[in-house]
Amino acid sequence: MTQRMPFRIAGAFCLRDVRPLRLHRQKGMHYKGCAAGKEDCPEPAKVVIMAEMVLLGDEAVAMGAVDAGLTAAYAYPGTPSTEILEYLIRYEARHGRPHAAWCANEKTAYESALGVSLAGCRTLVAMKHVGLNVAADPFINSALVAIRGGLVLAVADDPGMHSSQNEQDSRFYADFARVICYEPANQQEAYEMTRMAFDHSERFEIPVMIRLVTRLAHSRTVVRTAEPIPAKSPSKSPDIASSWILMPHIARRRWHELLLRQKDILACVESSPFNTLKLNRERRDLGVITTGVARNYYVENLEDLGFEPSHLHVGVYPIPVGKVRQLAEHVKRIVIFEDGYPYLERQLCGIMPLAVEIQGRESGEVPADGELNPDIVRRALGLAERKGVEISGITLAGRPPQFCAGCPHADTLKALKMALAGYRETIVTSDIGCYTLGALPPYSAVETCVCMGASIGMAKGAAEAGLHPVVAVIGDSTFLHSGVTPLMDVVTARANMTLIIADNGTVAMTGTQPTVLTQPQLEQVVLGVGVAPEHFHVLSAHPKQAEHNAEILKKEIEYRGPSVIIARRECLEAVKDAKKGGAA
Amino acid sequence: MKYDIILAGVGGQGVLALAAAIASGAMEEKLFVKQAEVHGMAQRGGAVMATLRLADREVASDLIPHGTASMILSMEPLESLRYLSFLAPEGTLVTSVNPVRNIPDYPDLEELLTRVRTLPRAIVVDAEKLARAAGSVRATNMVMVGAAMHLLPIQPGTIENAVRAIFARKGSEVVDINLRALRAGRDATG
Repeated sequence: MTQRMPFRIAGAFCLRDVRPLRLHRQKGMHYKGCAAGKEDCPEPAKVVIMAEMVLLGDEAVAMGAVDAGLTAAYAYPGTPSTEILEYLIRYEARHGRPHAAWCANEKTAYESALGVSLAGCRTLVAMKHVGLNVAADPFINSALVAIRGGLVLAVADDPGMHSSQNEQDSRFYADFARVICYEPANQQEAYEMTRMAFDHSERFEIPVMIRLVTRLAHSRTVVRTAEPIPAKSPSKSPDIASSWILMPHIARRRWHELLLRQKDILACVESSPFNTLKLNRERRDLGVITTGVARNYYVENLEDLGFEPSHLHVGVYPIPVGKVRQLAEHVKRIVIFEDGYPYLERQLCGIMPLAVEIQGRESGEVPADGELNPDIVRRALGLAERKGVEISGITLAGRPPQFCAGCPHADTLKALKMALAGYRETIVTSDIGCYTLGALPPYSAVETCVCMGASIGMAKGAAEAGLHPVVAVIGDSTFLHSGVTPLMDVVTARANMTLIIADNGTVAMTGTQPTVLTQPQLEQVVLGVGVAPEHFHVLSAHPKQAEHNAEILKKEIEYRGPSVIIARRECLEAVKDAKKGGAA
Repeated sequence: MKYDIILAGVGGQGVLALAAAIASGAMEEKLFVKQAEVHGMAQRGGAVMATLRLADREVASDLIPHGTASMILSMEPLESLRYLSFLAPEGTLVTSVNPVRNIPDYPDLEELLTRVRTLPRAIVVDAEKLARAAGSVRATNMVMVGAAMHLLPIQPGTIENAVRAIFARKGSEVVDINLRALRAGRDATG
């Protein structure tokens, strides 16, 4: 019997069948202006399959990047994207390359990647969907520079908000920046598309996005990998001045050139092997458009449908308008399935009346929000619902996530509640991290959660509006991500508020990744911003210290000005993970 | 052949290792395998659900449709009932009897187990007791794999090999405890 790696651990497997992967031959082609004629994608070439590996969707992106000659990768942890960089960090530990590192936030990660591209090397930057809001500035602008080493942005969206504060759809961002966006339907495509994305990034001199969704990011299966190509050596371009300095006169020209390039980008996407149109010549009543993972849910129901409607699958954007028009001319009604916003549907519908009827999330045949699934697709296709086993007479109590037993955040929040007990009207703003669970009973201790770092700016605003006491609660990693700049505002404005930095020394919620700075640098950052040393305390978030901590908190709440408390005790999960790592 | 399994439990119970044992066995027998799971916020002591799809041909969807799962395999009795709508009318529910009472409104356990037993095909196992006898309560998840083994489209010997491979890194004592737990689960139900 052949020895195989256990399922959870990625490793090489024996070949089962050899199927051509949809990878282009590496031609080293580079985009040379926009005046040339139609720039079709080359036909997919047969590629030697190197290995079979069990990979998460996230890991398939990472492996695709490695095999595309990746030099460096950067990210900030965020569910469901975290496993992309985690995989690359493990890969680097074993193979000595590529460079893979966590950054302070998504913006700094993106900018590091941009520097790698400037140096002529291939680079990957990964984040969750809301992380792209933070990195939006460098992302949008990087579409105007002349990308050198391929720059691929992997963004994991979270339809259904399994672990996020919204379900924004990153395809709008790709359109906003006027760049190519790949949307894999499965792990194999995630691998192949990532490799192709690097080629397209260099060919069109733009960043290219890979849009994942939770379901693919966190599902694993066998992926066949192809022959890797080596990383490029760093080099400096002689044309930097004319294509990387986005002063208005240069930016105008670069923007104009990007717009001219759209024609060639569209031609490439139209002929992509990932955008497939199959017309059913026998029937004209129904057409189906799927994007990304929605195809899986459609295929799941196809057998019961009894016939194959004309079907367009979109795996890469900009929208292949030629194929959409071909389908629209062929059928009377089109049902659109997308796991995300009705991005495609809204573009197809527009405002003016159409000859063809369009159904989807916008029109109501598919629910407007939430994660797509096989049952939703089934209903929209008019198939009878399948009932599962039913049980009656018992209420199934919900089981929301909660603090781990012995969590330091729980002790911090207990002390805070004690400190606030005597006040009539209190406000506690908070942030993104494990401590957000303190919003739930029995703690009910924090009252807001909007975006990374918002707790501090919001507390300042609430204090300036006249509320007292105002307390902000933020974790150490979130503070370093986006809390330092609002703290500068707080100090400058002398806002009457107290900031608690719940310091557990790790990025806990996403799986105990390291923070960019730990003690004593964290203290130095707070003091460096200008917080008065006499109103800055480092406390131990220990149950035995609760009363002492509450006293100090109360004293600082009473102080009419900005005060900062670091409530410190290490995350128990991080301690456990460190032990596991040490034993391995 | 297609065999879809909903795996249920509470964060920290080892649901993902349970999935890995079955998935590794299935791969060894050249089945197509897809395993989807929940990460992040939901892991912290909350309800955890993973899906495992085994088939003799490629399966497209990572999610299992309602009313089609062959099995619900649960580490916890309350969690076993949460996903019943996914279970096919002819499907089997396999659950441990051991509750995780980390919520204030946990239902009456006897009533809960009575409800489970009224289902057409239900297997309940005192998995913690069997795991303790095998050497460690941490092997409870392997008892549950054993309890489900006679229904899975995988040879028991293949699953044993998978368990050996998964725990090999932790030494022969841990491997033996988990194999004993697996067999105890099998003997209790098979």
